Amino acid sequence: MTDSKYFTTTKKGEIFELKAELNSDKKEKKKEAVKKVIASMTVGKDVSALFPDVVNCMQTDNLELKKLVYLYLMNYAKSQPDMAIMAVNTFVKDCEDPNPLIRALAVRTMGCIRVDKITEYLCEPLRKCLKDEDPYVRKTAAVCVAKLHDINAQLVEDQGFLDTLKDLISDSNPMVVANAVAALSEIAESHPNSNLLDLNPQTINKLLTALNECTEWGQIFILDCLANYMPCDDRESQSICERVTPRLSHANSAVVLSAVKVLMKFMEMLPKDLDYYGTLLKKLAPPLVTLLSAEAELQYVALRNINLIVQKRPEILKHEMKVFFVKYNDPIYVKLEKLDIMIRLASQANIAQVLAELKEYATEVDVDFVRKAVRAIGRCAIKVEQSAERCVSTLLDLIQTKVNYVVQEAIVVIKDIFRKYPNKYESVIATLCENLDSLDEPEARAAMIWIVGEYAERIDNADELLESFLEGFHDESAQVQLQLLTAIVKLFLKKPTETQELVQQVLSLATQDSDNPDLRDRGYIYWRLLSTDPVAAKEVVLAEKPLISEETDLIEPTLLEELICHIGTLASVYHKPPSAFVEGSRGVQHKRLPARAVITLVKRTGLSGSNMGAGLGVAPAAMPASLGGAPAVGGGLGDLFDLGGGVGMPTGSYVAPKTVWLLAIKAKGLEISGTFARRGGIIQMDLSLTNKAMSVMTDFAVQFNRNSFGLAPAGPMQVLTPLSPNQTIDVSLPLSMSGPVMKMEPLNNLQVAVKNNIDVFYFSCQYPLSLLFVEDGRFYRQVFLATWKDIPNDSEAQFQIKDIHLNSDVASNKLQGSNIFTIAKRTVEGQDMLYQSIKLTNGIWVLAEMRIQTGNPNYTCTVPRIVYASLLHSQ
Amino acid sequence: MIGGLFIYNHKGEVLISRVYRDDIGRNAVDAFRVNVIHARQQVRSPVTNIARTSFFHIKRSNIWLAAVTKQNVNAAMVFEFLYKMCDVMSAYFGKISEENIKNNFVLIYELLDEILDFGYPQNSETGALKTFITQQGIKGQHQTKEEQSQITSQVTGQIGWRREGIKYRRNELFLDVLESVNLLMSPQGQVLSAHVSGRVVMKSYLSGMPECKFGMNDKIVIDKQGKGGTTDDPGKSELGGSGKQSIAIDDCTFHQCVRLSKFDSERSISFIPPDGEYELMRYRTTKDIILPFRVIPLVREVGRTKLEVKVVIKSNFKPSLLAQKIEVRIPTPLNTSGVQVICMKGKAKYKASENAIVWKIKRMAGMKESQISAEIELLPTNDKKKWARPPISMNFEVPFAPSGLKVRYLKVFESKLNYSDHDVIKWVRYIGRSGIYETRC
Repeated sequence: MTDSKYFTTTKKGEIFELKAELNSDKKEKKKEAVKKVIASMTVGKDVSALFPDVVNCMQTDNLELKKLVYLYLMNYAKSQPDMAIMAVNTFVKDCEDPNPLIRALAVRTMGCIRVDKITEYLCEPLRKCLKDEDPYVRKTAAVCVAKLHDINAQLVEDQGFLDTLKDLISDSNPMVVANAVAALSEIAESHPNSNLLDLNPQTINKLLTALNECTEWGQIFILDCLANYMPCDDRESQSICERVTPRLSHANSAVVLSAVKVLMKFMEMLPKDLDYYGTLLKKLAPPLVTLLSAEAELQYVALRNINLIVQKRPEILKHEMKVFFVKYNDPIYVKLEKLDIMIRLASQANIAQVLAELKEYATEVDVDFVRKAVRAIGRCAIKVEQSAERCVSTLLDLIQTKVNYVVQEAIVVIKDIFRKYPNKYESVIATLCENLDSLDEPEARAAMIWIVGEYAERIDNADELLESFLEGFHDESAQVQLQLLTAIVKLFLKKPTETQELVQQVLSLATQDSDNPDLRDRGYIYWRLLSTDPVAAKEVVLAEKPLISEETDLIEPTLLEELICHIGTLASVYHKPPSAFVEGSRGVQHKRLPARAVITLVKRTGLSGSNMGAGLGVAPAAMPASLGGAPAVGGGLGDLFDLGGGVGMPTGSYVAPKTVWLLAIKAKGLEISGTFARRGGIIQMDLSLTNKAMSVMTDFAVQFNRNSFGLAPAGPMQVLTPLSPNQTIDVSLPLSMSGPVMKMEPLNNLQVAVKNNIDVFYFSCQYPLSLLFVEDGRFYRQVFLATWKDIPNDSEAQFQIKDIHLNSDVASNKLQGSNIFTIAKRTVEGQDMLYQSIKLTNGIWVLAEMRIQTGNPNYTCTVPRIVYASLLHSQ
Repeated sequence: MIGGLFIYNHKGEVLISRVYRDDIGRNAVDAFRVNVIHARQQVRSPVTNIARTSFFHIKRSNIWLAAVTKQNVNAAMVFEFLYKMCDVMSAYFGKISEENIKNNFVLIYELLDEILDFGYPQNSETGALKTFITQQGIKGQHQTKEEQSQITSQVTGQIGWRREGIKYRRNELFLDVLESVNLLMSPQGQVLSAHVSGRVVMKSYLSGMPECKFGMNDKIVIDKQGKGGTTDDPGKSELGGSGKQSIAIDDCTFHQCVRLSKFDSERSISFIPPDGEYELMRYRTTKDIILPFRVIPLVREVGRTKLEVKVVIKSNFKPSLLAQKIEVRIPTPLNTSGVQVICMKGKAKYKASENAIVWKIKRMAGMKESQISAEIELLPTNDKKKWARPPISMNFEVPFAPSGLKVRYLKVFESKLNYSDHDVIKWVRYIGRSGIYETRC
């Protein structure tokens, strides 16, 4: 018997005929009719008119027929809610059936009938099924809670199903546990702040036990749920990692990737010097490589994920370059991804092999792939300096092939190579010029024009070449026009005598005949520069350009962290956060990696702050709690912003108003108030001493207790005249950083002893950490990104500064006054991101990222990363 | 989770459509047809996002399977599920073709209802499914209560892949070590990359719930035993344990029946096998691979309209062994007008439709060599683009494992029934096949 015949009935009176058959007395005929109905439904015909007739067939003891009717119900119940009620009785009855398969079938189907009226009737049977003696029914009921929640969340809460579901996490059957976890995770996603999935060490332990016993799919649900857990310390995270690693040998790639996600996340918490940390890193590589022998579609998912992993932890796969070599028969999507990873893994050690491969790829058929391969050669040149020469000669070989798009792509990347290594490879310019005519893509034309302009003095016929482009000036794209304008101005500045006419021509084309404002503006600026001060023009136009960095296409660090938390999912395939492609409340939550354990941080600081080392060694565990816990710094930053009158004076750091440190009643009439300031690189303690006693005070002296940063008075306190009653004098006490070091709690606490002719008085005060920010705290721009990338694992703290009504430029200016330097700024999705560096007096560097959302009144969300980089200090 | 699952024929007509989630509408079916199946250009990604809906697809012959979702699902899981779905369907009705799908659409709906609940994959082991979803209607009515609960406990149980009460008169098992050896070689004969991906496929016909232990010449295990100096080396007594040397396995993955935590801690492979045929493990090796053949190409361009190609193949294994089904595929340029071939052994033919000379040799012993030479006439073209020179590829089958893997033992313990390890008849076979075996020219 074949069923395909059901697909072929296309007569007009079909519905009518079916109706008759459905109401037939013969069971076989009925079944046949229902099959026909389902077939029509599949191909998209509307058979909803048959609803009552089909529902009539529901009460049968033939399970196959029953399933078919259920299938029909799931499809059409929503469009016929009133009639769907007719089915309820049968469902309720089936939920009591002695056969567990039928009970489960009923509860499974009921959840799929999305009719509000039905859900009320569903509650009782569902409650029974959740406590059914048969695990098959329980696991089906667990999923049904999620279905019901999707239809009517309130009902689920009111009926207490969530608690029952939580109980199922402790069920004896692993599959019930897995489905309960899946259902709870889904429900929790739509209630971001609820404590639904109350994960604690006990439940985690249950999940880990079930992990060893359930189906492959159940393992995925459990691992994905585990990934949302935050272990309380590094020991717990190690023990979870140990129990998850065996999953890396599972045949199911999704189990492997979900296990990788858990490990990548929890690894963040492990101290780097732990033996286990190294072992774990080694264990991750082989399963990742194995994923590449899976089917092509899975390889694609794996490669997109490996791309993230390589950016986050390059050390894992650095020796595995060869497995990413492209195979001739790989689907194009696999090829392109492999190429991306190859470039990321390219290093001095393997560059020869990589280049040989890339050259091979550049002769393939697929245009996109070939272009990407050519571009990759350029990126290798920029990334690995030693290979630059070989890359350039490879590119020249490719240009000789005269394949149009290869030539154009090669020229675009050679431009970048010139930028990176100025005055090194000009010998190739002649070859490039030969191919001028074949360039028809704007990017390639613009690149070529840039090269001609940049090296105009060495190209004999530069003027002719540029002139030839000028002929069709208005037909060029804006990119080419702008480049041409600049190139001709450069040429003019280099060879003023022969090119006067040319420059006039281009300036008038740009300013008078163009309606592109960018082009006009640039034209006018050049024109005025040239006409008023040619020397200045030379300085501006021919200025030395900043070097370009190799890592231009890295994923922004915070996004990368979020994506690492989504390994294996669609987000990791798209390289976009879920909020970018998921509607509604799901996916709005941003996931973050956990912070590394406190103890490591101390070890690293201990290394870096040489004059601090001893002091920190004494009390390592407590130290970073306050320094790493950014509030100390954060509060300081907030103060810096609050400075009301400072808008016009960007230089000079913020000085807090004086506060009373020592009360007169506690010090026999001596009242001291004070503050700290940093002036011209010198830290000063400004004190006001007031005599509230009856007698004259003389012989003032001051001393500091040992403190976290070794602050000490640089000289004696200068109180020259005796202090008469009711008199106040102001004293400035310069401080040095050469005092003995001892960790204080809080970190910026300072204990001071003041002596006069009457007695010795003690008080403590707290200095703002910004006091310790030194003037040469500007981190090397080129190293910043690399360092930043190196460290995110170490320590990170986040805090918000509220109510700052400044835009990013003003803020950055203001912070610079306090020696917080903005190294780079970029704008992502309306947010300004400032990357900043601070250097402390003891040589510790702090790198921070600040996000400022324009127009947000409350407004700054600051995400600084506090990082202790020994890197530069030790050099 | 998965919101819906569609199966299309090559024209884009829907054969099966099952929607699990309310956020997936009927228009999703059309969106995929229009944007992916009917799209002219080559498919650039197996994951497509159309109007905030994500489509995952795989193809089996000319059938498209697509899973649809609007959420941030586990992408790896969706693909694994689609493959599994294909496995299940093949296990039920053989080849996945339009004909077979139409003939079994009721069954497919029934399966989809069972193995995917609200988009969450459920137990999809065919062994278990076949106990209660059958092609010939449902047994349901005639089952006893015990049978029913046995089914449900098996479907949800810890050993979901095997049912209780299996009995064989003769307890027998077959082990196939199937390896595919992959090579990419430069024209100069330098190995650019080589690896073996192997599978151990087991056919078990064993009674009861047997506990099995599998051993091979894994370097880590052998080294450990060597150090310990144990006397009762199980390798001596068991199947084919003649090879002394051990191999380094880069990585391996196991069927879900294998206790992974035990492998992780002791590196021992123990399990209760499914009944019948299944894949016990997969592994990958890269060190000390025996490359069964070496291809030495020589391509010479004689003027603009002629190519001379000479290819030598050398077999590199014991002379007593025979390689079979040898095929060498030498690509020819697109503007080839004629080809003359001379080969010492086998048959060679120019296949214009495939742009290649295909040279077939039925059998070849180890340590031999053979040669083919061809003259290729070309039509003059003014196409500037050079011929990409695709690599020469090779296919073959050899009766040994190129990785050097040897099965040392497979022990069977069944305490409840009265048969012992010695009563089980065991067979081992090694087959090495070419995977992607390419030499650039």
